[in-house]
Amino acid sequence: MRFLGLFAVLVTGALLLYGVKDFPHYGAADSPANEGVVPRYYMENTMKDARVPNAVTTTLADYRGYDTMFETSVVFTAGVAIFAILRVFGGDRNRHHPDSLRIRGDQFRIIVGTTSRLLIAPIQLFALYVLAHGHHSPGGGFQGGVIIGASFLLLSVARNLGESLTRLPEHRFFTLGATGVLIYAGIGLLCLLLGHHFLDYRALQHVLPGVGPEMARSHGILGVEIGVAITVSSIMFAIYANLSTRGELKKGL
Amino acid sequence: MHFLNEHIIPFFNYWIYVIIMMLGLHAMIVKRNLIKKLIGMSIFSTAIILFYVSIGVNNGGDIQGGKPGETHGTIPVIEHELALEASHDPTKIDFRRYANPLPHVLMLTAIVVGVATLGVGLAVTQRIYRDYDSIEEDEILAKIAAAPSRQTDD
Repeated sequence: MRFLGLFAVLVTGALLLYGVKDFPHYGAADSPANEGVVPRYYMENTMKDARVPNAVTTTLADYRGYDTMFETSVVFTAGVAIFAILRVFGGDRNRHHPDSLRIRGDQFRIIVGTTSRLLIAPIQLFALYVLAHGHHSPGGGFQGGVIIGASFLLLSVARNLGESLTRLPEHRFFTLGATGVLIYAGIGLLCLLLGHHFLDYRALQHVLPGVGPEMARSHGILGVEIGVAITVSSIMFAIYANLSTRGELKKGL
Repeated sequence: MHFLNEHIIPFFNYWIYVIIMMLGLHAMIVKRNLIKKLIGMSIFSTAIILFYVSIGVNNGGDIQGGKPGETHGTIPVIEHELALEASHDPTKIDFRRYANPLPHVLMLTAIVVGVATLGVGLAVTQRIYRDYDSIEEDEILAKIAAAPSRQTDD
C-alpha cells in the first residue's frame, strides 16, 4: 500500500511535469491568461463601471457577484456543519477531558492579558480599515472578516474561551453568520425588486439619495463586502470555539 | 545545464506547484493518521493557490521590445491620477501593466473556503476520535470490523 501510493504519486507528478512543457513561461505577458479579453475588460472598465480602482474588488463583488455570494454561503454552511457534527449539549458524554491542556497558574496572565488587551482594539480597527478600504487598496470583506475573527481568537487564546463567549455568545455568532449571507442576498433581492437583475447594483440609485449608477455600484459592493465580513468573522470564531472545546463550548484551551 | 535553462527555469512556478501538490497527495494517500491526511489536503490546496496566482503574474516577459519587470504586472489597483481619467475613458488604461485580477479573486475566496472545509474536516476527525478513541485509520477499521453494530448507533 505504501509503495503503491508512492508509485501513484510519482506517476501523477511525472505526468503533470510532462505537461508543464506546453505551459506559457512564468510571467509571460502573452500567455492565454494574461492576453485574454477577461483581464482586459476588468482592468479597463472597473473605473468606468463602478468607480472602484481596485479591479479585484470589482471582480469579486460585482462582475462575479454570484460566485462570491455562494462562497459566503459555503463558509456559513461549514459553520453549521461543524455545529451539527460536533456540538454536545451537557457534558456527560465527554470521556476525554484533557485537564493537562488547560494552562494553569497566573504567572503569565498579566503579560499575556495586557498584551492582548492592548492589541485587540487596534486589530479590530485595522480590520474595519481593511474592509472599508477594499475599494482603493488590497482588502475587502474576506480579509477584514478574517482579521476580526482573529481578534476573537486572540482573546480566546490569551484569556479563555468563556471570556470571548461572553462578548460573542453562541446564539449570536450563528445569527451573525446568517445575517451576513442575508445582507448579501438581500442586496441582490433589493436590486431585483427595483426592476434590475439580481445583484445588479445599479438599481440602488433609486434608493440611495444623490448617486448615479456608477456610485450605486460602488456602494453596493461595499454593502455586500460588509455582509461577507460579518459571516466570515463569526463563522471563524464558531469553528474555533467548537473545535477547541470538542463541541462543548465550556472551557476550552 | 541546457535542460535546466530550457525546461526548468522558465517554468519554475509549475515545477514548484507540482512538487508541493505531490507532497500533499502523498500525505493524503499514504498516511494512516487522519490529521496527517488533513494536513496533506491543506498542502494540496495551497499548491493549487500557488499555481493560480502564478499564472496571473505578468512581468512583461516575452514581449517584443519590453524589458521584464519594468512597468508590468503591478497589483491590479489603478493609480489615483489615472483612475480619474479612466472613469471617463477606459482606453487610457493599459491592462498589460497590471497583474491579472481574476486568479486573485478566485484564490481569495478559495483561501477562506479552504479554511472552512479544513475546519469541517477537523470536526469530523474529532467526532471520529470521540466515537472510536483513535484517529489512526487501521485502528478505526479494526474497531468497525470488530463491532459492526457500532456503525449505526450514533
